[in-house]
Amino acid sequence: MTTAKVTKHLSPNEQLIFERSQTGRIGYRLPALDVDKVELNIPAEFRRDDDLEGMPEVSEVDVIRHFIRMSTWNYSIDIGMYPLGSCTMKYNSRLNERVARIAGFANLHPLTDEQDAQGALQVIYELQEHLAEITGLPGISLQPAAGAHGEMTGIMIIRAFLDARDGAAASHRRTMLIPDSAHGTNPASAHLSGFSVKTIRSTSEGLTDLDHLRELCAHGEVAGLMLTNPNTLGLFERNIKQICDIVHEAGGLVYMDGANMNALVGVARPGDMGVDVIHLNLHKTFSTPHGGGGPGCGPCCCTKELEPFLPVPRIVKSGDSTFRLDYDQPRSIGRVKAFFGNYGMMLRALSYTLTHGNDGLREATEAAVLNARYIAAGLVEHYDKPFSGSPMHEVVFTDKRQSRKGVHTLDIAKRLIDYGFHPMTIYFPLIVQGAMLIEPTESVGRQELDQFIAAMRSIASEAVEDPELVRNAPHDTRIGRLDEAAAARKPVLRWKPAADLRG
Amino acid sequence: MLEAIGLQSAEELFDSIPQNLRLQRPLNTPAALSEIELLYRFEQIARHNAGAGRISFMGGGAYSHYIPTVVDHIISRSEFFTAYTPYQPEISQGTLQAIFEFQTLVCQLTGMEVANASMYDGSTGLAEAVLMAERVTKRSKAIASSALHPQYAEVVRTYVQHAGIHLELVPFDEKTGQSWRSLAEAIDEETAAVVVQSPNFFGCIEDVAALSEAAHAKGALLVVTITEAMSLGLLRSPGACGADIVVAEGQSFGVPLSFGGPYVGLFATREKYARQIPGRLVGEAYDKEGRRGFVLTLATREQHIRREKATSNICTNEGLIALAATVYLETMGRRGVQEAAQQCAQKAAYAARAISKLNGYTLPFSGPCFNEFVVRGPVRAVELLARLGKEKGIDGGIALSRFMPDRPNDFLVCVTEVNSREQIDALVEALSKV
Repeated sequence: MTTAKVTKHLSPNEQLIFERSQTGRIGYRLPALDVDKVELNIPAEFRRDDDLEGMPEVSEVDVIRHFIRMSTWNYSIDIGMYPLGSCTMKYNSRLNERVARIAGFANLHPLTDEQDAQGALQVIYELQEHLAEITGLPGISLQPAAGAHGEMTGIMIIRAFLDARDGAAASHRRTMLIPDSAHGTNPASAHLSGFSVKTIRSTSEGLTDLDHLRELCAHGEVAGLMLTNPNTLGLFERNIKQICDIVHEAGGLVYMDGANMNALVGVARPGDMGVDVIHLNLHKTFSTPHGGGGPGCGPCCCTKELEPFLPVPRIVKSGDSTFRLDYDQPRSIGRVKAFFGNYGMMLRALSYTLTHGNDGLREATEAAVLNARYIAAGLVEHYDKPFSGSPMHEVVFTDKRQSRKGVHTLDIAKRLIDYGFHPMTIYFPLIVQGAMLIEPTESVGRQELDQFIAAMRSIASEAVEDPELVRNAPHDTRIGRLDEAAAARKPVLRWKPAADLRG
Repeated sequence: MLEAIGLQSAEELFDSIPQNLRLQRPLNTPAALSEIELLYRFEQIARHNAGAGRISFMGGGAYSHYIPTVVDHIISRSEFFTAYTPYQPEISQGTLQAIFEFQTLVCQLTGMEVANASMYDGSTGLAEAVLMAERVTKRSKAIASSALHPQYAEVVRTYVQHAGIHLELVPFDEKTGQSWRSLAEAIDEETAAVVVQSPNFFGCIEDVAALSEAAHAKGALLVVTITEAMSLGLLRSPGACGADIVVAEGQSFGVPLSFGGPYVGLFATREKYARQIPGRLVGEAYDKEGRRGFVLTLATREQHIRREKATSNICTNEGLIALAATVYLETMGRRGVQEAAQQCAQKAAYAARAISKLNGYTLPFSGPCFNEFVVRGPVRAVELLARLGKEKGIDGGIALSRFMPDRPNDFLVCVTEVNSREQIDALVEALSKV
């Protein structure tokens, strides 16, 4: 099979909109003011006097060309495989987009009286039910806006539970255990909830070190454990039950980072493993689009025991089958976001769940794991695979062999761009030197996997035969590698008119 | 493919999961629906949202504004909505340049020097601002007033409860509906942040400049928060008034109501605090050939590098909604934002005057307003508004008793450029009849 590199094609240049702006141009039209204009009761000192100088003045076609040109500079899932480990870049169905735009949802004000918003509340309630079934954890709030927000919510719930259970004694229980392979959001969320962090080592197999866990739990101040499962090395923590038991015996709770749920949906449930609370990423596992960095939706699911601590309002079903908002939750951690969370994402996720059906959800999981295993098998001869265990939905390799020739992970990633692929996640997890974390998801077929494997093998050969070629990649993008160090030293974070720059 | 990796069945893919932890039955979720069935089902459910089809005068943190058609068209481009966070700048310049423009527009509107790539929404952005003020000042008290959007106050309280920050709420002036005086009086040497919403929850514009002086005299930071960002088209920018951090809900700029989200938080501050900002920042950079591009920068503030010492735990933000706001602001442009703001204020003034002339109705607050104002009716607002909805098909506003039980007859009315004179007259007429 041949490996096709990308070819250069038309890539129009485009200035910043501010540089395109021309005085007097407009791209909008409002109806003429239809009420008699009066002198407003707003004192002059409260009004703008800068006439919004600097804001662009452009026509509609200027705006369209501006953004369409810029759009051609982006890689996207719709162009091809986007194997970012830990990010689950799967296909985003257009049908879900259509659902989110149904006028009855899109035009609904969040403070509408509950009896006039029954449909919207029904959507939240139904999605809650499905996610509870999928995770095996019955308490659920869809309020958090993203994964890290769901983490914060979950950790605050743990804290509120411990405070309620232990009273004043809980003040000695302020340590959160986090594996060294965890996402950076984990320790940041723990810190925000007032916990200090202790790091658990991973074993040479890439799993949580049980002895180290026991040792840390022996000190008595452990509030809980934050664990990703499958972990960020793509390995299922097969001792999960035992891990949960150790933490529970020490009086702590187990939080699971659900970033990797794409390996488990329909196959295994965190609630059955002893996990107390988890967040999901609807923008990963449930296919709501990443949008160039968001929006997300990070539901928090927990046991019955923790349910009273979930954010308010809860969305509940009354005896007469109407839906209502329940604010009467005195033990709740409080509200984590205005209104109900990223509602549009809930519509898309419910649509995903219903179009897949229960068997389709499991099938997606199987395909995601199968694809990762296929890549693992296809690359193991060419790249160093630091852990021998069978990966789930993602697999980690390193640059160990290539770095002998001075070709590093960053170079391999950049060279993949020349082959038409988005790079994998690089240098994460931090415990693996030169990590390359590859997650193909279920949205690629064998042909594309073969092309990816062929590209990676080809790069491995190039690293031996022509390392300079790889080190200078990418070669066919509109710009080369940018000087990020210089950008951080003297940050330019906004456009300014030329005169200001001279000043 | 199973064969190629030496397996016999799909079940073997999950061999690393102990047998007793595997689900031994199908998920108890519905069977798959076709596209036709799915759309039918969602359209049926949407019919139970009576509120979505009405003439509306609801604001209170979420606003109906005109959205130019180009906004949804551009954010629906695959290259934008199916891209990830732009960690690989060579193939993400579209997203990166758009964010750089977003940051610039936010600075221009707020009168600030640096803005980040977005927060989840206004409420969480405000909570982050309070946490940032604590980091900058090393003080532990935050002051806000009860004229702050009640849900924003709740979110701040949740966020700061374990950060050793005490949030104090001071009363507003019953006459003017403003709170800047009581806020100014409450500032002391322990105050990290003075939080003022302007226009505030009642729609009243606060004297931000006066408050800025009071805050700075005691070494506190002034945090200005805005739920109706359209007001920036008319009102003096918080930056020009001396704000240290500005947080706004950006939903007014091209984002549908969508039952409360996804929206987008705008977050801006002074250059000297750039390294204390939460969330992502995009900066200018150059390649070896000297070509300009954009990259994520100052990442050492962020969780993926700094972990528990990060300025925030935020990772995913509201990228696509920030893009919607960018497209909106560039399409409306310098003139359109001002014209829309002017129309909002004029139409609200027209409505306020007409309602105040009705028998049994008064406007309890004298402070100047932008496009929202409080009306005191002759009967309980909850009942009055329910009747208005049912009988006239008009959502006449938000009953304040939902947040403040001691104000049974008060409701908050919002008027924007999408409300025609005919609609306003219908509201006034309907109010006169109930």
